[in-house]
Amino acid sequence: MGGLERVSNPIVSRDLIGRQSDEVLIEVERGAIRKFAEAVGDTTEACLRGEVSPPTFPTTIRIPIPGVTYDLARVLHGGQEYRFQRPIRAGDRLRCRTRLADVYQREGRLGAMTILIIELEGNGENGEPVFTGRSTVIVR
Amino acid sequence: MTDTVATRISACELSIGSALPELRKDAITKVQLVKYAGASGDYNLIHTDDETARRVGLDGVIAHGMLSMAFLGQYLCWLTGPESIRRLGVRFVEMVRPGDVLTCRGRVKTVEPEATGRRMTLELWVENQRAQQVTLGEADVVTS
Repeated sequence: MGGLERVSNPIVSRDLIGRQSDEVLIEVERGAIRKFAEAVGDTTEACLRGEVSPPTFPTTIRIPIPGVTYDLARVLHGGQEYRFQRPIRAGDRLRCRTRLADVYQREGRLGAMTILIIELEGNGENGEPVFTGRSTVIVR
Repeated sequence: MTDTVATRISACELSIGSALPELRKDAITKVQLVKYAGASGDYNLIHTDDETARRVGLDGVIAHGMLSMAFLGQYLCWLTGPESIRRLGVRFVEMVRPGDVLTCRGRVKTVEPEATGRRMTLELWVENQRAQQVTLGEADVVTS
């Protein structure tokens, strides 16, 4: 769930739709890939060697969006999507940014909920697209 | 990457609707949740601290949804190799708790020829030891 900070107010205003984070340069480290693969129990050889990242590695990239805050303990992750031009590899220097794509209210099993759609984009140093992410975050 | 995908997937007669081989994971442990919290940077205490989990109405800690998605990521790497994956999307539909044993399963949804091989859309899911689907997904892969 990239892009969220821990704070206490549960409501995110629709006025914040479209707001973006700063661009952050992420240097993908071999050790971080290995640690992630080990935690998951992912036995893919190239991942255990720390050369190629597992597909969900972008979840490690967490960039706050100014003004988008809520109580972390009240958050559920509804869904996630990643799209790739190519795998993320050790040594990649990725220019990343998150954006609040949408906010809406919904009645669910657990009562009134606020749904946030957070997008994440990772580009190479020359601006070429590498991956994108889209998180559905439920604040109850 | 001799042990991968292309081989594993072509082994199962790639036609639409073909079931993919399953990948069964070891039981989820609390230690794994702590390790995943550290590795992923998701420090939400509902995954690692029972007291916090109960405060928000849960019976105890629940696994990160993203851990089950990571299992599907591993499944895709195992099926087709990490270089083949173009998209993986999931919905988290049931909670996962320590002790749960998750299995990744899937089937071929579409197969289309591409310039250098073929593009497949796979329907994927993770189910628990009670055969409940906990995470539903779809992936696009390109294989030679």
